[in-house]
Amino acid sequence: MMDLITTPHFSAPDDFYEALIDAHRELSAEQSHALNARLVLLLANHIGAQSVLQQALDAARRSAHDSTSSRVTT
Amino acid sequence: MTSETEPPIDFQRLAFDYVRSADQSAAKPARHPVVIVGAGPVGLALAIDLAQRQVPVVLLDNDNTLSTGSRAICFAKRTLEIFDRLGCGDAMVAKGVSWSVGKVFFRDTQIYSFNLLAESGHQRPAFINLQQYYVEGYLAQRAQQLPLIDLRWKNKVVGLTQQRDHATLSIDTPDGRYELTADHVIACDGSRSTLRELVGQKSQGRVFRDRFLIADVKMKLDRPAERWFWFDPSFHPNQSVLLHMQPDGIWRIDFQLGWDADPEVEKRPENIIPRVKALLGEDVPFELEWASVYTFACTRMEHFRHGRVLFAGDSAHGVSPFGARGANSGVQDADNLGWKLAFVLQGVAPEALLDTYGHERERAADENILNSTRATDFITPKSEISRLFRDAVLDLSREHAFARTLVNSGRLSVPATLHDSPLNTADTARFDGRMVPGAAAADAPVTLADGRDGWLLRELGDGYTALVFSDEASLRDAALPGVALKVLHIDPCGHTARAGHLIDRDGVLAERYDLLPGSVVLLRPDQHVCARWRRPSAEAVRHALERALALH
Repeated sequence: MMDLITTPHFSAPDDFYEALIDAHRELSAEQSHALNARLVLLLANHIGAQSVLQQALDAARRSAHDSTSSRVTT
Repeated sequence: MTSETEPPIDFQRLAFDYVRSADQSAAKPARHPVVIVGAGPVGLALAIDLAQRQVPVVLLDNDNTLSTGSRAICFAKRTLEIFDRLGCGDAMVAKGVSWSVGKVFFRDTQIYSFNLLAESGHQRPAFINLQQYYVEGYLAQRAQQLPLIDLRWKNKVVGLTQQRDHATLSIDTPDGRYELTADHVIACDGSRSTLRELVGQKSQGRVFRDRFLIADVKMKLDRPAERWFWFDPSFHPNQSVLLHMQPDGIWRIDFQLGWDADPEVEKRPENIIPRVKALLGEDVPFELEWASVYTFACTRMEHFRHGRVLFAGDSAHGVSPFGARGANSGVQDADNLGWKLAFVLQGVAPEALLDTYGHERERAADENILNSTRATDFITPKSEISRLFRDAVLDLSREHAFARTLVNSGRLSVPATLHDSPLNTADTARFDGRMVPGAAAADAPVTLADGRDGWLLRELGDGYTALVFSDEASLRDAALPGVALKVLHIDPCGHTARAGHLIDRDGVLAERYDLLPGSVVLLRPDQHVCARWRRPSAEAVRHALERALALH
């Protein structure tokens, strides 16, 4: 079974990050949310495998919990 | 022929006479093997099935008319095949509008279309649209031909007590109250089931906070017989709309209204007509035939058997209308229960066979509820983020094929495969294809012994059927006393017709069932596969028959 890659895997991390922010330029918050949703769906289809997608969903959900708890403790 | 001159029956205005039964004057409650409560599609189908199996049935209905309005309009291929077995499939298909293509629009653009019956080699279409009153009318006509059915209109069940081996019903009629006892009572009395209340049970699950307006509209409209579904169309912004063609020039339109809509206000013609005009344009003349506002829930009872009382159809489970899984699954409940009741009453199977009805159909209900819940979540998103993803899917689907797989305007009814049924015998050899133990038998074109064209499903027996492919095995030693086993010998494509054999006319049968010479497929009386082998002994087949009767 394939695992979600969480080790560094970008061919050009800084380029990707800049492109991601650029993609949202001049969009309203609402338009940005819609773009993100489309982006998630496009990437999810590219991955395809349900087990990997589920790991990604779990990891994303877990990080949200971590950031909430760290806010509470500081 | 006189039929051409006879005016068609107006099933919507048909009222059946209340007739006093001799049971109402009996000194002590009359005993019957089976009493069915509710003469809707499910109760009528079950009564016909039982009568065809020589089981006498009392069928009670609290009313004396058929369904009002189109209601359950879409009848699936599997349901039509069951109606064929019950002797009224031809009338349904002749009257109904056959369709297999659905189109989905987002705003005013078509984003994709689907064909539910992409393969040929099936006698019946993927779906017909037919108003529920026609379906009930044809079933009632068929029931009237069967003397073993005692159909009692205006008989309302008001009380139930259960003993070890029977149940007693109290029934109100225009002549007052009387009592009946029955070995088995089948509750086919709908989503607001009285019987469910009388056994102290509830149907539990998710209630959806949304309202839909259904309108039956008579008009001349030059559109193909396809299912058209709109997300957020300009003529009904932010909501969904579904359009279906029905017989008699009547179109069925379902408008999503949202939870805040007032059903009493929305039901008024002066409020419906502008909605229809917005869809059709100002200049299309139409007449409003019937309208209703509905809400829905995806629920089921925990168990479908409660002692002597078994629940079938909406009394046992409820689904959202997206996917046509309500009436279709109810008829499949009846299909599952009829032969089991008959075998138990005839003493050839133990009561444990009735427990498998619950096992199999509770899982089928879960599958239907899962599918209809998912469709409902897509059609009526319940949160901002759910709506955001829904619209993202729809936006992407215009350009990208992958997104169309996520668009869910209803995953339309297919029969449940009874994968983990205790009546199945596990495979001992490798097979490919969909005809796994538990699957509803797929149809296939055949050539009959006399050289005429036919269909596989029409040749199956009332009891069990063994399909024997390209082999002379008689399986005579497999039969059990009192249990019919029809052995169908099938010759491969290209053979010439001969007595006692079917020919796999186009090779489709062998392909669909993955048959090799010597392969045997055992089918239950409800046409579900229960076992298959590459070259079985008669003993193996007999063993599988015993298992399929819950004798193990």
